[in-house]
Amino acid sequence: MAAPVVEVQNVSKQYHRDKVEIRVLSNLSLSIPEGGFVALMGPSGSGKTTLLNLIAGIDRPDSGQVIVAGTAVHSLGESQLAKWRTRHIGFIFQFYNLLPVLTAYGNVELPLLLTKLSSKERREHVETALNLVGLGDRMKHYPRQLSGGQEQRVAIARAIVTDPTVIVADEPTGDLDKQSATEILDLLGRLNTEFGKTIVMVTHDPRAAERAKVVRHLDKGELN
Amino acid sequence: MSLFLTYGLRNLFVRKLTTTMTVLGMGLVVFVFAAVLMLAHGLEETLVDTGSPDNAIVVRAAASAETVSIMSRDQAGVARTQPEVALKADGTPVATNELIVMVNLDKRKNGDAGNVIIRGTTPDIFVLRSGIKLTAGRMFTPGTSEIIAGKRAAENFKGCALGEHISSAMRDWNVVGVFDAGGTGFDSELWGDVEQIQQVFKRPIYSSVTLRLKDAAQFDALKKRLEADPRMTVDVKRERQFYTEQSQATATFIRVIGLLVSIIFAVGAVIGAMITMYASVSNRTVEIGTLRAIGFSRTRILGVFLIESVWLSILGWVVGVIAASAMSLVTVSTTNWDTFAELAFSFALSPRILIGSLVFSVVMGLVGGFLPAVRASRARIVESLREAA
Repeated sequence: MAAPVVEVQNVSKQYHRDKVEIRVLSNLSLSIPEGGFVALMGPSGSGKTTLLNLIAGIDRPDSGQVIVAGTAVHSLGESQLAKWRTRHIGFIFQFYNLLPVLTAYGNVELPLLLTKLSSKERREHVETALNLVGLGDRMKHYPRQLSGGQEQRVAIARAIVTDPTVIVADEPTGDLDKQSATEILDLLGRLNTEFGKTIVMVTHDPRAAERAKVVRHLDKGELN
Repeated sequence: MSLFLTYGLRNLFVRKLTTTMTVLGMGLVVFVFAAVLMLAHGLEETLVDTGSPDNAIVVRAAASAETVSIMSRDQAGVARTQPEVALKADGTPVATNELIVMVNLDKRKNGDAGNVIIRGTTPDIFVLRSGIKLTAGRMFTPGTSEIIAGKRAAENFKGCALGEHISSAMRDWNVVGVFDAGGTGFDSELWGDVEQIQQVFKRPIYSSVTLRLKDAAQFDALKKRLEADPRMTVDVKRERQFYTEQSQATATFIRVIGLLVSIIFAVGAVIGAMITMYASVSNRTVEIGTLRAIGFSRTRILGVFLIESVWLSILGWVVGVIAASAMSLVTVSTTNWDTFAELAFSFALSPRILIGSLVFSVVMGLVGGFLPAVRASRARIVESLREAA
């Protein structure tokens, strides 16, 4: 079995809302091997997105350890964490989160602006990523000129353009019709099988979960 | 252009109305700021160009203007016979003894009274100030009550156009010519025969002697000798420097008042920019969360929003400067506080004013955009992304 690329060890997380303490994750542990494709399922408020955010390094645990690609994410400072995310994490959001004033090309290029690549190298990377998601002919289109499925494919191109270690997807098909959802899931499947990308996906959709190699259920902050 | 720069600019065009209003507000402030500087610069340019670099002017010691200077005939005679003074072909010096008197005339525009300088001089003045040309009529005839009028004096004051006459010191002065002094201070003056002016106004003295130097480098020698001469008690200045000093009081006054008004206006514009940028930050919470998630640091987010704010200010600068440059077509007339005479001049734009107003505008943008940008940079990623749901 491949070495774990994501290791979540005894992690707990709670939020405070109006002086009420809400326990989201309780002493949770999870290990995902390199090239793994894990679907996290569970009812709303079960802690799926919180777990995803901890793995992606955009939130911090109250206790426990989160080690991704050999780095103890929970111990990094704010600016180190930002750099680390650029290098190791690719995000796919439910509502695509594309910048409306930038073209498909500009949106995909964004993460590369944080690297030392030359403009020619950036162009090559962006074109490769957009061709991979089948949108090589839509580079100059703005998000408003694309369908929901196409927007999500641009978002996937943005997520993979830096060749990250882990792709985290939060309900990637939650806002799409059935056909578009199938296309997106096919694409994620290809990224996992053909390119060996490790994918952690939160979903409510059992059909989406079926594409994953491993499905884990969360309930009340605990993995079943 | 870098993606960061175009990103900021495009975001402004998404909110067209707010952006337009803010840009107009900032443009107004830049307009006031630039117009004030143009006014002061126009005044300085008018007076500085009044002087010629080859000429020296001799006035009573400590006199800041010819209107407060008195020189005797003897002193004038000593000044014009110095070895550094250039000579005409007939061996006489290129110099004019001049007397300044002030008359009160009505303005054509509104009938208000204004002080106008009558400069008693000699025909040699056209040799000494070769840039000045008669554009209509002829030169006054020495020994008569004829005068010639500067272009702006002829335009602005009743009785000063060619063929008209003014009454002063119980005599009618006929305007027989109009001259163009290239927009300098002389354009606001009337010139007549110095001997006539002395007699009619009962002032048997001169205000100044203006000399053409054989070589501009000989100025220091002339100055040293004349100022050390116990008969003289005079100041010798380069003509250009003399008129520059005259512009200082009025130009400084215009600048101080104008800059104070600009700063007060700027507070309003900064608040406008701040409101626009706060709205921009609020509308783009998810965008900020996304940028942070994909690796943009807090500092970069701060930079992204500051760039946007600077774009606002640059657009405001463009609007303001275009409006201000139209003011170059306007000629204004005001009292020169050093001579108390009416002086007409134009708003004058210069590269320094363009750069100064750009800096002023960008500073407004940075100040207005700073707090919203800090707010954007401090947004928590998880909370920002939750707004999308």
